[in-house]
Amino acid sequence: MQLINQHTKKIMEGCKERALDAGLKFDKETLEYIVTNTDMLELSPKNMIPTLYDYWLQDIQVLRGKGEYEVFPHNPYETVINTRPAISFYNDNNPDWLNVMIFYHVIAHIDFFQNNKFFERTWEYDFKEKALTEKRIMAKLRAKYGREADYAMEFSRGIDNLVGYFDDVNNTEQGDLFALSDRADYYFNKFLPEVKKTGQKDFLKIIEKFNQETESKDGEKKYFKELEKIHPEFEDLFRKYKAGKEKTKNNDLMQFIAQESKKLNDPKNVWIKTVMGIVRDTSLYFSPQIRTKTMNEGWASYWHEKLFMNDDRIHGHEVAFARINAKVTSISKVGLNPYAIGWRLFMFIEEMQNKGKMSYKFKRIQDFELRKAFDSKSGNGRDFIFNVRENYCDFTFLNSFINQDFVDKYNLMVVGQRINQQKNVKEYYVKSRKAADYKHMILESLYHPPSIKFEVGDNGELILQHVFEGKELYRDFISNTLTGIEFLWGEKVILHTREVDWEKMQRKYQEIARKDNINPADIEPVYEKIRYTVKDKKIVREKIGT
Amino acid sequence: MEEKKKNIEKIKELKEPLTTKDFFKLSSMPRGIYDFTDYNTFAALESVGASATRIFDLDRLLAKDKMREKDGFPRKIRLGKLVKPSSDGKNKIIVVPTASEEKFYHQNNDPRMGEGPSTGGSGEEGEGEVIGEEPLREGEGEGQGAGQGKGGEHSMGTDSYDIGKVLTEQFELPNIKDKGKKTSLTKYTYDLTDKNRGHGQILDKKATLKRLVSTNLSLGYINAKDRIDTSKMILSPGDRMFKILSKEKDYESQAIVFFVRDYSGSMHGKPTEAVVTQHVYINSWLVYQYNRQVISRFILHDTEAVEVPDFYTYYNKNVAGGTEVTAAYKLVNKIIEEENLASQYNIYVFHGTDGDDWDNEGVNTMAQLKILLQHTNRMGITVAENTYSRRGESTMERYLKKSGILDNEREKLHFDSFRADEADESRLIKSIKELIS
Repeated sequence: MQLINQHTKKIMEGCKERALDAGLKFDKETLEYIVTNTDMLELSPKNMIPTLYDYWLQDIQVLRGKGEYEVFPHNPYETVINTRPAISFYNDNNPDWLNVMIFYHVIAHIDFFQNNKFFERTWEYDFKEKALTEKRIMAKLRAKYGREADYAMEFSRGIDNLVGYFDDVNNTEQGDLFALSDRADYYFNKFLPEVKKTGQKDFLKIIEKFNQETESKDGEKKYFKELEKIHPEFEDLFRKYKAGKEKTKNNDLMQFIAQESKKLNDPKNVWIKTVMGIVRDTSLYFSPQIRTKTMNEGWASYWHEKLFMNDDRIHGHEVAFARINAKVTSISKVGLNPYAIGWRLFMFIEEMQNKGKMSYKFKRIQDFELRKAFDSKSGNGRDFIFNVRENYCDFTFLNSFINQDFVDKYNLMVVGQRINQQKNVKEYYVKSRKAADYKHMILESLYHPPSIKFEVGDNGELILQHVFEGKELYRDFISNTLTGIEFLWGEKVILHTREVDWEKMQRKYQEIARKDNINPADIEPVYEKIRYTVKDKKIVREKIGT
Repeated sequence: MEEKKKNIEKIKELKEPLTTKDFFKLSSMPRGIYDFTDYNTFAALESVGASATRIFDLDRLLAKDKMREKDGFPRKIRLGKLVKPSSDGKNKIIVVPTASEEKFYHQNNDPRMGEGPSTGGSGEEGEGEVIGEEPLREGEGEGQGAGQGKGGEHSMGTDSYDIGKVLTEQFELPNIKDKGKKTSLTKYTYDLTDKNRGHGQILDKKATLKRLVSTNLSLGYINAKDRIDTSKMILSPGDRMFKILSKEKDYESQAIVFFVRDYSGSMHGKPTEAVVTQHVYINSWLVYQYNRQVISRFILHDTEAVEVPDFYTYYNKNVAGGTEVTAAYKLVNKIIEEENLASQYNIYVFHGTDGDDWDNEGVNTMAQLKILLQHTNRMGITVAENTYSRRGESTMERYLKKSGILDNEREKLHFDSFRADEADESRLIKSIKELIS
């Protein structure tokens, strides 16, 4: 690993100037390194953070990566990490014009990292320095506790997708600027309408009074103190409500175990919490990245194209650029390419906004021709997409802006797969061209870890409740994950979930096999309730009805 | 009746959703959002990779993995295989260690029958139009050209030895103890095949007599018209012909393994996965044990049996028919007999199935099995049960147990059954231990 040479650095600096002029915002300082393909293979299990803690499974991944490289040699161009300063890695054999394109791509990523609100928590520190400290802590713990340290790491990583990322983001100072305090929230949304059944007229009066009195400092405190005289039962009810809400509100299984586990609170095991903390922080750090994948790549593709084409330094290389750019951003015949979708969606909404098509007025127009011709010449599309890059994540981005016009414009479709028994082949077919279906399909494919609620049972056991969202948990992984949770919790762990009842499904299929007119694909899956119990590393799976 | 049974077979075949786990299929899966990274998407130019700078030690990792077992946790490292396709059909297989990090994830496959996961795409075609198709298994129909792939190694090739080594040493599969089989690989036969004039070990009387006659003829001591007077004949020292002992090297393989697999409709998905993976391991283990001197033969069967030329075809071929085990055993018997294999080889037969057999009582199958057992050193039958069948009650398991053959022929015939969906690596290794112990 070495820094790029002065010649290339100069090109990079030139790119930065042009990007700043175009309106991107990012820290002036960046670091660029030349790496070999082997370096890349070794970095990838560490999510490209060179200072990330060591863990033996990473070594296995590297060995495997090398095997894969032998079979499918490939040549990664660049990768960029969200550190301060931002660091990017390159191959050393890129021609200058290609570096220009890649630098623009990287700069747009950096701009995204440093401006998108979902990354807010990562702005507070430099992750690679923090990681380095944590790497040293891990090495120390490993020296002291041996294999136990690796188990602590393994099982912490086993639940690092259950960390309550959104709660964490929401907790920033600006997060809930307009939100009511918990007490006021309960007072207005539960106590008055549900307990007191206050009428609308009185309700408005109370709001007015509340607003007046809480303008001063400590006004709210005084207000509720006064309230005690009128409704002495209020505080008690509020506390009960809050306790109940806490129970269901908490999504952070990892934090909960670290705080509540009797085993971990034993002084001789407290060090395990340190490991959990490291894993949890790392997971939270990477969470915004996976939740903005499509946007981030779309944004980078948008800018590398725009800025490259306007760069006076690379005239004569447009054809070569077009070739590479097409490879990166062409829409797949089958498959979802986030570069392609993200890029097109950014261009699409910019154009829509330029013509004023984001307005309510436009949305009310039904006539196809009128819609097509609509143009209020508002022309502020660029500002609009900057706003989108700041405030949206993949879900809101795709959910808000994919519409029929977008789907039609780029000939998008949902591709289904089915098995053709006569020909003994798997067929890909056009399942739908409706925007709603397309949106549903793409939202389904987004990163979405299972939602697991939890509570402690009467005998100290940890009870996990999988909130069933129409998909069962991946069965092969359940037993080891649960064993890991038991390791951390120190006592019995129970998981409630639902799984497909294959026996019933089989019977249904056999029934319809006698009839021709029913398509087996139309039969809804049957689920049954399953309880997994793990105690002393032994897993029991029980059916507990439907 | 048969039609209906076939329908049911088809249903069974489609019951399991497509698994994304294995590489063979993975390479042809459409890519989703998270399969794209800057890291691999920008790969478009040719260049030369740099050499390794760090050496990882698989042995150390495996030792670490072994300690897990001691601590009461399952092992984590699995042996994955990557296929390097090549234009001449001899795909190279590279063995890589893999390990998955278990977490709670959603099962993203639609459990509904016949329908795979949806993905995105673009194009001009109308709704409902088929835009592409691929064989249910890659490589379907390959290896049908006569003579293709002959002489070439089957695709497990030289790597088998390494896997076998790892399996034997790390997973503690037993070594073959049998009397010096390993050393007799390069077999020398001493035979009195060479002839020598003048001196030697055993006088070849007939040849000597011939030479004697011809010498005396030329000397005129024998006259065709007269009565032959043997007392007048002389014996030149050079006339004496001897047979001498000569050392002949015999490079013949010592073991021949028949891998027999049920490829009927009901095997689709996990049962096939389990059986084939197990056969890869067994093959590797034998290759190691016999120091590469192993010939593997591959038999597939549904209601009829066919021999296929290589492992690749063996792995990938799939049909939707019913199951008759007897056909397979019959074919193996026929091959052994016709090629006279029994006298020259240690014969191993490993049969993998989901336990279905239309021969409900196993009458024909048992008959063939008994003939087969006369030839074999060891036969191992694996039943990888489908999720919907009752544990331990497959047709084969039932009639095998009922017949008592598993006890009577304990020396030669070993049997194991497990649920296909529970067949992780450790279960398969356990099963192999059972089959070859």
